[in-house]
Amino acid sequence: MGIMKNLMAATAFTAISASAAMACEISARVNIVGNEFPAIQTVGSGAQACSGAEVKTNLTADHKDIHVAGMQGNPAEYTSAIVANSTLTILMNEDVVRPLDDLVAKHGQNLKKNQLITVGGKVMAVAFMANAQHLVYRADVLEQIGMDAPTSYEELLEAAEKIRAAGIMQNPVGGAYKAGWNLAQEFNNMYIGYGGKFFKDGSAEVTVNNEQGVATLNMMKELAGYMNPDFLTHDSNATNAEFRAGNVALMNMWGSRAATLVEAEGVSDEVKNGFAIAGPMTAGGGTTPATTLWWDGWTVAKNISDEEAEATFIAMTHAIRPEMLNEETSPQAVWLIDGYEPTEAAIGVFAAAQAGSTPYPMVPYQSLLHTALGAELSDFMQGKESAEQALADVEAAYNVAAKEKGFLQ
Amino acid sequence: MRHSTFFWFFLPTGLAMLLFIAFPIISVVQQSMFTPHEAVIEVVENCGPFGCTQETTVNQEATAELRAEKPLGRFVGLSIYTDRAHLATAEVGEAWRARDSIGGFFKDIGNLPFYRAMGFTLTYTFVATPLLIILGFCIAIAVNSLHQRLKGLVIFFSLLPMIVTPLIGSLILFWMIDSRGVLGNFLQWMADDPDLSLKASTSLTWIMLIVYGVWSSAPFAFVVFYAGLQTLPQDTLESSRIDGATRWQQIRYVVIPHILPLLNFVALIQLMDNFRVFEPIIGFNAEAHATSLSWIIFNDLSGETQLLSSASTTSVLTIIGVSILLSPVLVSTWREFNSKA
Repeated sequence: MGIMKNLMAATAFTAISASAAMACEISARVNIVGNEFPAIQTVGSGAQACSGAEVKTNLTADHKDIHVAGMQGNPAEYTSAIVANSTLTILMNEDVVRPLDDLVAKHGQNLKKNQLITVGGKVMAVAFMANAQHLVYRADVLEQIGMDAPTSYEELLEAAEKIRAAGIMQNPVGGAYKAGWNLAQEFNNMYIGYGGKFFKDGSAEVTVNNEQGVATLNMMKELAGYMNPDFLTHDSNATNAEFRAGNVALMNMWGSRAATLVEAEGVSDEVKNGFAIAGPMTAGGGTTPATTLWWDGWTVAKNISDEEAEATFIAMTHAIRPEMLNEETSPQAVWLIDGYEPTEAAIGVFAAAQAGSTPYPMVPYQSLLHTALGAELSDFMQGKESAEQALADVEAAYNVAAKEKGFLQ
Repeated sequence: MRHSTFFWFFLPTGLAMLLFIAFPIISVVQQSMFTPHEAVIEVVENCGPFGCTQETTVNQEATAELRAEKPLGRFVGLSIYTDRAHLATAEVGEAWRARDSIGGFFKDIGNLPFYRAMGFTLTYTFVATPLLIILGFCIAIAVNSLHQRLKGLVIFFSLLPMIVTPLIGSLILFWMIDSRGVLGNFLQWMADDPDLSLKASTSLTWIMLIVYGVWSSAPFAFVVFYAGLQTLPQDTLESSRIDGATRWQQIRYVVIPHILPLLNFVALIQLMDNFRVFEPIIGFNAEAHATSLSWIIFNDLSGETQLLSSASTTSVLTIIGVSILLSPVLVSTWREFNSKA
């Protein structure tokens, strides 16, 4: 009887909390712009479950090209933008997002403290998921050469050499080294692994042309020696295709893509069964993993009425309430939401966070350096110039852009 | 046509040109001379799921004041034109003073984004344009001599490269020339080199882009020349035949002089188009090997932080480049027009 009573009480409680959470009533329009992948689509449709006013979403891979323009007007077209560490600074540079402290106090009781992204003490965004790049490998291939999953890039090189020497694969290493954003991101990862610093403290003065920068580039070039010769044209999609085709045994890949990596059509059983995930690797004997931590979260626009801001906050909070986690949504991401149980696919991102990885820097001029790296490193990767020259070019290109944007005098 | 009739006839076009061509150009020139205000930055504590860090951020209140005072930004004159991302006057001067050979000087210059882009753009323009004109002409001659029944079908197939969207066309070829693709594998077999990769070699990438450019633009030249061939004076052709002219002589002395004015037209359009080469670079993921002025504009605008002043400056430089490139053709057209009048 006692058990029955407890069960009934629990059921009743669940019903009450579910109805409380489901009662998402808003009184003003909501319009969300954001990236397009399963986890974000789940958040978007969660917000659309609210009633009382219209909730529109525009989820697209080109969100970065439209979110600033769509929030600069008054009133802004979008009342919320879904952002990551790198893009929040862009919106803040343009002053189009509002501090959320009052709304958090009023409607954010269910948010965990570590979900709140604060800049200078003000809450500027609410994070709902984490992401990181980490090792993805073929356990069966490593077994053949008698090695465990590498924990450092030096070990990875050793494994790659053994795989090649054993004639298992000609180019066993994969990497999203496509000239542009991807190549720059791999530099960032490795540079952090070697303990490099991007800028002088508290200033926009760039400092990548140094020992760590050269070591980073040399490591990247050594890795490229074990990659498909077309590596400068391979983004994460192409690298994943190489892995699925069984041409690659070791690669640094995004956690958000690892979960579904071998679920595509036409992947052989050998690849499916051998597929395994591990944490990120270190480089040059360092202790900080050569990777960056990312969060995805939402913001509220500045140039909208307070009613619209409140409606947006309520709808977005509703979209990431703990009850939204279920069998379908849980594997989509490493959720930062209360009650999330990590799935198998999440161990890489968790390992990255536990190993003390560095978050992608949230400084206003980081993206300018990212663009400069993406454009200037490809000459070095092709062996056309020295590492020092490539890094000098990066600094020169960055300085011009930072001067134009007013970050440097 | 009376002048007043011409005026009213031309007015809508003139207004549209003013609105959609002249004003945007003026706006671009203006934007290229202004940059955003100096950002007031400060160090604050940022916290998130991964802990707290001390990081710099933009002080919005101070920056907003600056913006309100001068909404256009800082006037910087021509300094963006001369910076390293564009004409790089200081760097070019330095390279000239420090040169040990002319080759070394050009190598240094080729390391600067603007000149690297110009290197490819000009090579592409001056190699692809004549080739596609010749190819287009050959197709036109060949199609013109076909049997009437076959013509329609062959014309349709000859036009296909132009019908296919450039980005799609280049993507399809990009997959085919992959070292695991059909053409890539064939080339490896031909060259007997299993490591041969088109995408990894700068010179092969350039050749591939030029071949693609000729392939996609030749139909345009073909259509224009084919139309010209329909007005070929049959009398002259016939009398040349009676005089015993060979097929080649007929083409050389009758056909080519007849369609020469069209050549000017095709050259004009294609020089302009090829100078703005862009889609194949994106489609072939070729930015590591080949960049163009249009690609620089795209790159400036597609970063997370958009460089509007820099992109405007490159746009103005592109317009100037197109004008310089077209000037000989325009001058000759003008002379022709005057001699007729």
